[in-house]
Amino acid sequence: MTLEAALLISAAIFSVGLYGAISQQVVVMVMMGLELMINAVILAAAACWWFLAPGPTGQVLLMVVIAAMTLEMAMGFAVAVLLHRARQTDMTDMATDLSR
Amino acid sequence: MGEPLLTSLPAAAGPAVVTVAPAWAVAVVAVLGALALAAAALDGVLSARSASAGGALGAAGRPLGEASRLLRQRRRTTVQADTLLWRTGGAGLLVAAALMLAVVPLGRWTVADLAVGVVWFNAMDVMVWALVWLVGWGANSAHALVGGYRFLAHGLGYELPLMFALVAPAIAAGSLNVGAVAAAQDGLWFAAWMPVAFLVYLLGVAGFSVWGPFAPALGTDVAGGVRAELSGVDRLVLETGRYALLAAGAAFAVPMFLGGGAGPLLPDWAWTLVKTLAVLALLVWARRRLPALRPDLFMEIGWLVLLPAALVQDLLVAVVTVWRS
Amino acid sequence: MLVDIAFVALGVVAVLSGAAVFVVDSMARATYALAVSFVAVGVQVLFLQQSYVGVVVILMMVMEMAVMAVYMVMFMGMNPALMPMSMVHSNRTAVATAVLTFLLLAAGILVVDWPARRGSPPPEVTEALGEALMGPQMLVMAVISPVMVATIVAGVVLAAPRTRYDRFGDDLRQRPPDDPQPGGVGR
Repeated sequence: MTLEAALLISAAIFSVGLYGAISQQVVVMVMMGLELMINAVILAAAACWWFLAPGPTGQVLLMVVIAAMTLEMAMGFAVAVLLHRARQTDMTDMATDLSR
Repeated sequence: MGEPLLTSLPAAAGPAVVTVAPAWAVAVVAVLGALALAAAALDGVLSARSASAGGALGAAGRPLGEASRLLRQRRRTTVQADTLLWRTGGAGLLVAAALMLAVVPLGRWTVADLAVGVVWFNAMDVMVWALVWLVGWGANSAHALVGGYRFLAHGLGYELPLMFALVAPAIAAGSLNVGAVAAAQDGLWFAAWMPVAFLVYLLGVAGFSVWGPFAPALGTDVAGGVRAELSGVDRLVLETGRYALLAAGAAFAVPMFLGGGAGPLLPDWAWTLVKTLAVLALLVWARRRLPALRPDLFMEIGWLVLLPAALVQDLLVAVVTVWRS
Repeated sequence: MLVDIAFVALGVVAVLSGAAVFVVDSMARATYALAVSFVAVGVQVLFLQQSYVGVVVILMMVMEMAVMAVYMVMFMGMNPALMPMSMVHSNRTAVATAVLTFLLLAAGILVVDWPARRGSPPPEVTEALGEALMGPQMLVMAVISPVMVATIVAGVVLAAPRTRYDRFGDDLRQRPPDDPQPGGVGR
């Protein structure tokens, strides 16, 4: 159990999540990719805390990451519901005008 | 880096409990099985009495007869069933119940003295959300899936009140360690001065055991709901899992609300068992006394009545705790 | 030694089940593969001695995935058990980006000369977290809380199709409100 091992695992999870976030067409699947990336961040932050600076306040960062994840999920689901109601679609390709 | 990792889960420095060797996990499973069997026997007696049929002894043995019947019954298979998820859901209920019970101290002994035992219990009862839904999903049957959705809808209603009900004893004890919470109730049980949290907790236990008022997920109006397509050993596993969850929930109430092993005359492990059986009997009895809660109606009850009640209870407990210290 | 093996094994489980999310052709399996990945990482965080954070990750993510599965089934609108799905675009770009990212990160991880550990863990890790959140780091919580409330409000506003005029009538006087699902407390 070393810092490098934990960070390599984290990097692998992050890359898989990145692949999903780029390649998936369905909004919910894109969110799953984002979730995986945040999962990797949790692992990396926990490993850095333990192996580099296990001070009393370092874990606060993890709480922030978890909070960010819940916010992402809540807003993601809300937008997915709105998109589904307004356009009857759940594909990112059919909502590209949102990016303009 | 430098120092070795002593344990993977740091234990709290609690004077009250002694951690026993991990091999005693077998004893946890045995106690869980005995409690589940006792609950099933009591339920058999009560249903025989409400039907006014048969003697009490025969009725108490009915669960065993039912179990042997199910063991001989043929497993039902459905078209395009997701067998992996289906079986995981059923067996997972038993695992979740055993993991819940692992943090409950039996008198002075505990298998896993986690520093965050209360949160651990909560995480395990959230597992049940996924597992029950998976049992409903795996069969690839409409009625079973309706049952799964009903359970998730109930879960959204009972889970947050349950969480905040568990917060109250933890605030009063100033610890998330189950042994420390039990030790903090010297003289006055938490159930006595946090009745709202206790009631909400018991309702939550019924919720995650798909029991009594929360049984619409298994309702006859949807052909048995989650267990519509379950037969033979799979059905036995699901029913055992429900009783095991009920037993684990009752056992966890003892250190959280009922003073742990404290009591006169008997040793503390015996008191823990006696109190557990009492809570379990109450839950089994209540099954026939309470009306079913419809998932759509219970959602509002959970969020507008139970959740504020639990929050006010937490506030009162926090004020009392600060004032006493 | 045993701890090391378990840690790496959990890591492999986390990565593989994460990859399974985008490989399996069943919505429920994809969702719960992600849940397995989160549980594995949560247990790894337990190994890294942050018991509260680890258990909370498991708790929240299993709950979230149970809800996620409902959204998957609701929006995908088909039965993937009967219909293998391949719903990807720019697959090659995505694979290349992911592999490049991993190589870059791995190179960075292996090349960097990580500093020695500073300080030692507090005896009560969970208590230290609580003290930090309620003490020196309180601003974090003070910021997160209103953001959470704003998210709840914004989420409901975006997702709810019916306004108060639909519920209470044009003059907002209709009691009880006209809801497709009646509430349980008789409002």
